[in-house]
Amino acid sequence: MSATPLNTPDVARLVMSRARWRFSEIVFWIAALATIFLVPSRHLILTEIAILGLFALSLDLILGYAGIISLGQAAFFGFGAYCAGLLATHQLVTEPVLALALAGAATAALGFVTSFLVLRGSDLTRIMVTLGIALILRELANRFDGLTGGADGLQGVTIEPLFGLFRFDMFGHTAYAYSLAVLFVLFLLARRIVNSPFGLSLRAVKGNPLRASAVGISVNGRMVAIYTIAAGYAGVAGALLTQTAQFASLDMFSFERSADVLLMLIIGGTGYLYGGIIGALIFKLMQDWLASMTPQYWQFWIGLVLVAIVIIGRERLEQLRGAIRKRILRLRPQKHAA
Amino acid sequence: MPIVLATENLDKRFGGIVAANDVSLQVEHGARHALIGPNGAGKTTLINLLTGVLKPTAGRIRLDGRDITELKPHERVRLGIARTFQINQLFADLTPLETLGVAISERQGSGRDWWRLAGSKKGVVEESIELIERFHLADVMSERTAILPYGKQRLLEIALAFACRPRVLLLDEPAAGVPEAERHEILATVAALPKDVTVLLIEHDMDLVFSFADRISVLVNGALLTEGAPEAIARDPNVRAVYLGEAIDA
Repeated sequence: MSATPLNTPDVARLVMSRARWRFSEIVFWIAALATIFLVPSRHLILTEIAILGLFALSLDLILGYAGIISLGQAAFFGFGAYCAGLLATHQLVTEPVLALALAGAATAALGFVTSFLVLRGSDLTRIMVTLGIALILRELANRFDGLTGGADGLQGVTIEPLFGLFRFDMFGHTAYAYSLAVLFVLFLLARRIVNSPFGLSLRAVKGNPLRASAVGISVNGRMVAIYTIAAGYAGVAGALLTQTAQFASLDMFSFERSADVLLMLIIGGTGYLYGGIIGALIFKLMQDWLASMTPQYWQFWIGLVLVAIVIIGRERLEQLRGAIRKRILRLRPQKHAA
Repeated sequence: MPIVLATENLDKRFGGIVAANDVSLQVEHGARHALIGPNGAGKTTLINLLTGVLKPTAGRIRLDGRDITELKPHERVRLGIARTFQINQLFADLTPLETLGVAISERQGSGRDWWRLAGSKKGVVEESIELIERFHLADVMSERTAILPYGKQRLLEIALAFACRPRVLLLDEPAAGVPEAERHEILATVAALPKDVTVLLIEHDMDLVFSFADRISVLVNGALLTEGAPEAIARDPNVRAVYLGEAIDA
């Protein structure tokens, strides 16, 4: 293409090609949809996976797209969870979807306020600050037990039927369809965001903040924006857990939860939006499967897998995937040469 | 010619080290101004002060008479100061097309748009194409920047600064590290920059300086030693003394 003059529509298409829906993506979501009908007996664990996938997606937005490491994302998860719980127990907002949106918005506001603490400093300071915020929130929830129920958790959360029609049943059918729908909608939004000019500028900030500011980008402004959005996502995930489990507890703020979600994201891979969901799926299924075999030691195997992933390296796994892809492509007749 | 960029008694100290010492520099509109000096003279420090990467210990910086000393780097870019870096500072995972798109969107005020796809704005794409062609990047425009040949990265480095449509362009050793064969492409590109863009060039390569500049300032130990037309600088005995051992004849 070097000799022919460039024309605007072609180049525009080239820029937008990153946002094109891949075949594998469509298959992924059709498969997700199919689980609603095909495996009704597994809806309880699948609900959990969808929620954790959304939670991991929130972490991917800041880590994968802006390079902000957090070991306290559970702060927002827990905050959203309690927001949804309190809205329900005090009958402030009984419509689940509206309550979910409000919990997400409130958590985004918290994210905005705390974002200024993570702007400065290195990865290490960010790890410490995010970890600290989660600890503070957990202790606040513990201390104000009149409001939150303290260590006993928030009891008596009753969630009204979805749209006044679909009751949350004990098999989790409604809960799963609801969680998956929320995940899908927020995924679409995230996909839009990361492929927008804003998303592109985030990748520039992540790649080289010095240069990003030298082309006129307000690096801090972008970080505040994405941190706020990601907090909202984590808040919605937490709120979803409260609504589907009809219970909120202090462990939603816990360090383990922050660490687990980071593990899931690393297992699935950062920076392509699916990593969190795939990681949550692998993590949860492995946990479920290993726990049924060796109830005491399942974490040993999770640890082993994690070490293996880091040692082998994501790049080598990608290479392997690329090699397999090439094999498959070679088997298919070439439609057009680029 | 009016003064576009000026410093007034600019000082920068790092502890006991004086990196800029009472620098009062004036750059005229449309000038091809070169800043030369031996290693460690404080040339890059001065660029960092002008662009806001470093804060001066004392002194002011003015753009068109407006005091910009307190402005952040990205705010100065919006007012029309752009720079290149001596060591490439690029976005490794982005393609040249995306890289330029980021800067152009930002300048056109659509860098924060999150609801539409990057590449959906005709103005941004058209300008990207213009820059891709001007800087000879068409053959690599969709490659990851990290894997581009060094010369192409160097061109992108300049193109990216140029994408900010600067009124003052600060070039920090644009040809640094470029192999001889690719050098002339860079030099030709620098020479072909539009006349209404004021250029302040930092360079070690004296051939480039004397072929390009219409005015030269000499910086030694953080202070301005002298300033003048290229011929005068070439004859200046003080400059010759500073550059003893280095060939200064063009």
